[in-house]
Amino acid sequence: MTNHFNVHHKADTVGVITVEGIAAGQELTGWIMETDETVTLKALDPIPIGHKIALGDIKAGDTILKYGHDVGKAVADVGKGHHVHTHNMKTKRW
Amino acid sequence: MATKDTLNFQGYRRENGRVGIRNHVVILPLDDLSNAACEAVANNIKGCLAIPHAYGRLQFGADLDLHFRTLIGTGSNPNVAAVIVIGIEPGWTKRVVDGIAATGKPVEGFAIEQHGDISTIARASYRAKQFLQDASEKLREECSIDELWVSTKCGESDTTSGLGSCPTVGNLYDKLDPLGITSCFGETSEITGAEHVCAARAATPEVGRKFLATWQAYMDEVIEPHKTSDLSESQPTKGNIEGGLTTIEEKAFGNLEKIGKHVKYIDVLEPAEAPTKGPGMYFMDTSSAAAECVTLQAAAGFAVHLFPTGQGNVIGNPIEPVIKLSANPRTVRTMGEHIDLDVSGILRREMTLDQAGDALIDVMIRTCNGRLTAAEALGHREFVLTKLYRSA
Repeated sequence: MTNHFNVHHKADTVGVITVEGIAAGQELTGWIMETDETVTLKALDPIPIGHKIALGDIKAGDTILKYGHDVGKAVADVGKGHHVHTHNMKTKRW
Repeated sequence: MATKDTLNFQGYRRENGRVGIRNHVVILPLDDLSNAACEAVANNIKGCLAIPHAYGRLQFGADLDLHFRTLIGTGSNPNVAAVIVIGIEPGWTKRVVDGIAATGKPVEGFAIEQHGDISTIARASYRAKQFLQDASEKLREECSIDELWVSTKCGESDTTSGLGSCPTVGNLYDKLDPLGITSCFGETSEITGAEHVCAARAATPEVGRKFLATWQAYMDEVIEPHKTSDLSESQPTKGNIEGGLTTIEEKAFGNLEKIGKHVKYIDVLEPAEAPTKGPGMYFMDTSSAAAECVTLQAAAGFAVHLFPTGQGNVIGNPIEPVIKLSANPRTVRTMGEHIDLDVSGILRREMTLDQAGDALIDVMIRTCNGRLTAAEALGHREFVLTKLYRSA
């Protein structure tokens, strides 16, 4: 079974696409590495390999968790299954 | 399971007891003006290695100290059998020669003033020929894993670095730190967002405070006074962003995967400072630019380098072999000639981190035994001195 995305920690709010060519509408299978769980999710944007996908609905201002840690904040609402990157997420540091 | 006995390698034991994995005769310029003469000597005497660079004039204070520490450290690295130093004038040339001579290895300096390039090149070439022939007789001998100094730095990172290639290095460190290797990581600015997690990985609270003070100083003295924006496209870089990394915090946590889950670092080093507290892991205060960081680690005496890359950094170093690994299947497919170890199986759930770490140990030991890295075969010799401020 093809693995389409990885999640570092159970608590994370984003996962990472690990294959090329993910299209909007595609049903994805993912792997939560911390707990070795398999999860499924529908992609709602085309998302390049290495880019992030929202695992649930994220509101503007929400802290985004990856590695189980604070890695920045949402600067726009992001629906579950959508692409998370510089257009809707920003550092809290500089 | 790797044990100390099964990880012996064939290295070069130097006069001061340190162990190298290469046997270079280096033609080292003191300054930018001496690059041409050094390259001419290396052209005359086949097999010598000139290391041209851009600096060495009118530097002062801590910046000059770092210049000397880097050049002396480069010549002193155990991967180097002998050194010719060429400078524009004899005073500073002698300072580098004397520093390298403390290791006991053959070294001689030549100054250009009052001789000119042609005579200097001729005299230096005669001596380089002798050094090279003598070095060619040096035999590899069996060395123990606890004699190996291993550095790491990642570059052109993307999210696959944090998922696969960086934790593969961490897995190697978790396995080899208990066996007594000396290791190093750095990239001060790139720990930003994970600095407290990094501080907690120090062996003692005192070392953790030393790390945080070093990190804060980089913020206060380098980043804050000079930044003109939010550092977008510098940290993370344009390449990082293309690869899916959005923020410095996200990059920092991926970066820190390189130090494994269990290893504690035992001291914080100045740029190019050699470790003095014995085996264990050290943090070095460095820029996060790849060639600058690797050059400083090589100057501190590290013999082999582990370099995880996501989008495909092509870096090498003239004296410290750089082993590159990637977990990004697109990078492995499109620029595989630069990649020494493909760990993209981790992303497909076909390879465990434990298996990836073992594979990296294997390629590292083979590299120590003499196997050329991709960067060596392709001629990548990036030697980039860190400059702290403008010259006088």
